[in-house]
Amino acid sequence: MIDFAGFEMPVQYESILKEHEAVRKNAGLFDVSHMGEIIVEGRDSEKFINYMVTNDITKISANQAMYSPMCYPNGTTVDDLLVYKFSCEKYMLVVNASNIDKDYKWLWKNKNGFDVEIKDESGEISELALQGPKSQEILEKITNYDLDSLKYYHFDYMDLDGINCLISRSGYTGEDGFEIFLKNEYVAKMWEKILSVGEVLGIKPAGLGARDTLRFEAGLPLYGNELSDDITPLEAGLSSFVKLDKSFIGKEALLNQKEGGLKRKIVGFEIADTAIPRHGYDVYAEGEKIGYVTTGYLAPTLKKNIGMALIKSQFTTIGNEINIIIRNKPYKAFVTSKNFYKKNYKK
Amino acid sequence: MKILEGLYYSKNHEWVKVEGDKAYVGITDFAQHSLGDIVYAELPEIGTVLSAGDTLGTVESVKAASDVYCPISGKVVEVNQSVADDPSLLNSDPYENWMICVEMNDKGELDQLMSPEEYRDFCN
Repeated sequence: MIDFAGFEMPVQYESILKEHEAVRKNAGLFDVSHMGEIIVEGRDSEKFINYMVTNDITKISANQAMYSPMCYPNGTTVDDLLVYKFSCEKYMLVVNASNIDKDYKWLWKNKNGFDVEIKDESGEISELALQGPKSQEILEKITNYDLDSLKYYHFDYMDLDGINCLISRSGYTGEDGFEIFLKNEYVAKMWEKILSVGEVLGIKPAGLGARDTLRFEAGLPLYGNELSDDITPLEAGLSSFVKLDKSFIGKEALLNQKEGGLKRKIVGFEIADTAIPRHGYDVYAEGEKIGYVTTGYLAPTLKKNIGMALIKSQFTTIGNEINIIIRNKPYKAFVTSKNFYKKNYKK
Repeated sequence: MKILEGLYYSKNHEWVKVEGDKAYVGITDFAQHSLGDIVYAELPEIGTVLSAGDTLGTVESVKAASDVYCPISGKVVEVNQSVADDPSLLNSDPYENWMICVEMNDKGELDQLMSPEEYRDFCN
């Protein structure tokens, strides 16, 4: 167990590799109750959130969710979050655990002039993430809801084993899966129930370790690694989630950054040798430091020594040779796409 | 947690097995358990001269890299290539799968290491 944003969290239950494999082949269950849930309600909810985040939330309907970065005026990232739309007057923002207070204060700080109420309900709501190709089959054992009708990034309330839950077809592993929101008092029972009905299908409880290797292989960014208050969404390669044709905090800075050309970008890379890159290791090319590794692993599914790195733009062409400094020695690596693993979402 | 009799133990969770002037060095069951799935092991070259406390190599789990220290001084005379080829052997049997063999300079250094009983207390 480790301390993570004030929560006691298991890095692994049995083995990161086994948990990772279970999610890719069958299913894994994560307790992600540490994630924050902030409710925004009121007449101006849609207008307010759309001003706070970079993606265009007017494009989604009720019962749909959307991923978006949220930026400071200088374009760097406050957080990346999921916007759940109940109606134009009620939304839930699912935010990173370590950013709950910061996000909440940031939203409050900018609410002047908007008719909205902002409530942090993180303390009352728990969340489980059921991820992997057998997720639907497992969930069908405890609900009569027609899960085929629940599309990717859509959500609904449903009865799971007699408990009313909000369930979204989403996740952060690169596999099909569901995120289940429910009141704290029911979460322990639900955890046990899903694991017991999923046992015959190979489900495993999965910890923070597997969560990180899975999201990394799928090329998904993590706040604190690929995004931070020093990195803009454009530098992180998230331009498709930044809609520069609408008004939002940070727009001007991001527009300038785009027009001026990005000075650095996050790329994928693969080490030619057997050494493993790690978060924070320096990246060199042509004898100069050009950046650093944001995440690196021996990728469990791909069995390759790969990473993501934030490096100077002139070195980001796919196939370019770079050097990763591992224990004071340079290791040859090549720039690749960040999409190391082909995602298996059910669209 | 497995602690074998007849071995010497270090505070950095390495074990030493003495055979004449030679010492076989590996990581303990406590170490492999704390690390989790070991996916990479970097070992020194034969002929490397190490002082007690020097880094002999690195083991990496899925999550992190950890240095392994040589508890005694001497010259590396053998390295266990099967561990380098399949580092998960350190998880399955850390005592059977030694990492390096050192020709000791000073057997007196062994007195600085812990007995199995002392190591058991140290881990608790």
